[in-house]
Amino acid sequence: MSIAKLARVTLSHLDWLESEAIHIMREVAGQCGNPVLLFSGGKDSICMLRVAEKAFRPGRFPFPLLHIDTGHNYREVTDFRDRRAAELGERLIVRSVEDSMARGTVVLKSADEPRNKHQSVTLLEAIEEFGFDACIGGARRDEEKARAKERIFSFRDEFGQWDPKNQRPELWDLYNARSFKGENIRVFPISNWTEIDVWQYIEREKLALPSIYFAHRRPIVRRGGGLLPVTEVTPARPGEAVETLQVRFRTVGDITCTAPVESDAEDVASIIAETAVTTITERGATRLDDQTSEASMEQRKKEGYF
Amino acid sequence: MSAIEKLPAEDIPDNGLLRFLTCGSVDDGKSTLIGRLLYDSKTILADTLHAIQRSSARRGLDIVDLSLLTDGLQAEREQGITIDVAYRYFTTGTRKYIIADAPGHEQYTRNMVTAASTADLAIILIDARKGVLTQTRRHSYVAHLLGIPHIVVAVNKMDLVDYAQETFDRIRSDYLAFANGLGIADVRFIPLSALHGDMIVERGERLPWYDGPTLFEMLEGAPAIHSEHDEKFRFPVQYVCRPQDSANPELHDYRGFMGRVESGEVHVGDRVTVLPSGLESRVRDIQVLGESLPRAVAEQSVSILLEDEIDISRGDMIVRSGELPQVGKNIDAMLCWLSESPLDPRRKYLLRHTTRDSKAMLAAIAFRVDINSMQQQPAERLLMNDIARVSFRLAQPIFADPYNESRGTGAFIIIDESTNNTVAAGMIL
Repeated sequence: MSIAKLARVTLSHLDWLESEAIHIMREVAGQCGNPVLLFSGGKDSICMLRVAEKAFRPGRFPFPLLHIDTGHNYREVTDFRDRRAAELGERLIVRSVEDSMARGTVVLKSADEPRNKHQSVTLLEAIEEFGFDACIGGARRDEEKARAKERIFSFRDEFGQWDPKNQRPELWDLYNARSFKGENIRVFPISNWTEIDVWQYIEREKLALPSIYFAHRRPIVRRGGGLLPVTEVTPARPGEAVETLQVRFRTVGDITCTAPVESDAEDVASIIAETAVTTITERGATRLDDQTSEASMEQRKKEGYF
Repeated sequence: MSAIEKLPAEDIPDNGLLRFLTCGSVDDGKSTLIGRLLYDSKTILADTLHAIQRSSARRGLDIVDLSLLTDGLQAEREQGITIDVAYRYFTTGTRKYIIADAPGHEQYTRNMVTAASTADLAIILIDARKGVLTQTRRHSYVAHLLGIPHIVVAVNKMDLVDYAQETFDRIRSDYLAFANGLGIADVRFIPLSALHGDMIVERGERLPWYDGPTLFEMLEGAPAIHSEHDEKFRFPVQYVCRPQDSANPELHDYRGFMGRVESGEVHVGDRVTVLPSGLESRVRDIQVLGESLPRAVAEQSVSILLEDEIDISRGDMIVRSGELPQVGKNIDAMLCWLSESPLDPRRKYLLRHTTRDSKAMLAAIAFRVDINSMQQQPAERLLMNDIARVSFRLAQPIFADPYNESRGTGAFIIIDESTNNTVAAGMIL
């Protein structure tokens, strides 16, 4: 296995990941009749929009953007979402968990129950409303154990369910996006990216992000070993001391289940430096809804989650 | 503070990405080896480690079971076996790695075929106490069949045979005896203990008689895919960009042929032929997001613009003139049947090759391979996990190369249109 003549250019790891993601998006465009790209304004979906530009410009995207809004998102993120879609000149569809609650299809156990898992219902309703046959999402295999075995083209039955034992074999770069009416394919172009790859890509491509990804001062309380932001929907409990700390968010989901970390990182390079030495996984640190049980992601995916 | 000052990666050479496959069963310590690679490369973070410490304690283990890192799904944890291919990631700073973790049990040959299809290197694990087993031969055969160019035979659990060189040497000569028969060219051997970490990242002190590279050094030094041979330029068209409705009049006649270079490379000015029409033109430009590139290399996704107006659509292929692939409606191939429903010789299937689909009918099964004995046997039909030499008749021609020359244009899948399932994987001879 001596290093033979390396005459040819080898793609850097970021170029390779980007190229794979472009290829995947073009396969969706080539194989699916009515796809949609899920765009939340979060960093992973911001990378996906960049990939989509590289895949389809100077043409328009062959799909609209869709956000499932829990109604508990940070203003900075939803503003960014709207601005970015407008800059790109692409169509943005927003469907709200609160509308599903009004319809009675989402019923919360209590008023302060995190709404993240209920996005599944609203997503399935949007899929049905528009007849989408494929949803392009920003999930990564490094995020969580149940995702490590996820296909890039993941089949969901007519109830939106993921059956880990009934997934199509996926070989080479020959993807199978075929589905019957009512069924759906979830496509994950950045499956093979890790958190650090995402940050390196953001830095290389000079991608703009919502401001709350960077260090800012924010009132928080300490609860259950983590930091919780104090907001209108997540007030401090009686007896809890509210502190103002320098923090940033590693993920920006629903306010009620997305926690910040202490940080002085004011730019992407500083975040990369922090991420390289971090000792807690992205979801472990900041996704309060995943800690409930070891298998909680697998359970939610079976119910139609991204 | 500028970004560049803070990013050490600017100075470190980027050796790209290597995808490798680990084959072996739980008993060979495969999960422990992967856990060790992740652990020693500092990929495992504190909360994950705490979670597996808790799991280990719950099962009454007194040491941290690194194999728990790779046991993914609840269903599998209950059964204590790995039933599907899982992908893991680590980086050394100079190279990013994707591990495809394939289960070793006989009934899951299809999973190993899946994992092997994208691997550049295979690590085949052997338990030093057991030596070369039937499953070792099976894994090696599949790795070779799927065209993995580099094979590393890792003789694990050396701690349980007192780190004895004689044991290692005997296993190596046993392995070579059958590997030569299969035609496996590049195979290397390494003794190690995944449990204690010897020869993974650190050499340890218990294998002084071994002077070859550590497993990490082998991975770091493995040649990048597409770097070792001259390749023919192959560009299957995925999508055609015609932004006629754009407000920009300059784009009125724009036609970008979008795709990923499957092999070889192409330069602006190169003379190319478009299949199936056979029409020729020259490359006018190669673009990504408005930027022009002088060339595109294997695995790069680009848009190609041609000098002449030629009608091209998805499923067509652009190649360098004078380097045409085989164009035909009859193919001979090695086929791995992946579906629980057997291959029905009377039915029509859909064959997907690059970005092109064609109806296909089985013409003949030349033989089935018993992958335990490597014997060729006659067969009337194929069941899940069967590997066979077959021929298909196609409704539309495909533009193909032998798989052992070009994986990207030698591979195909078979889809059952009644279920939309992917039911077989094929390699053109």
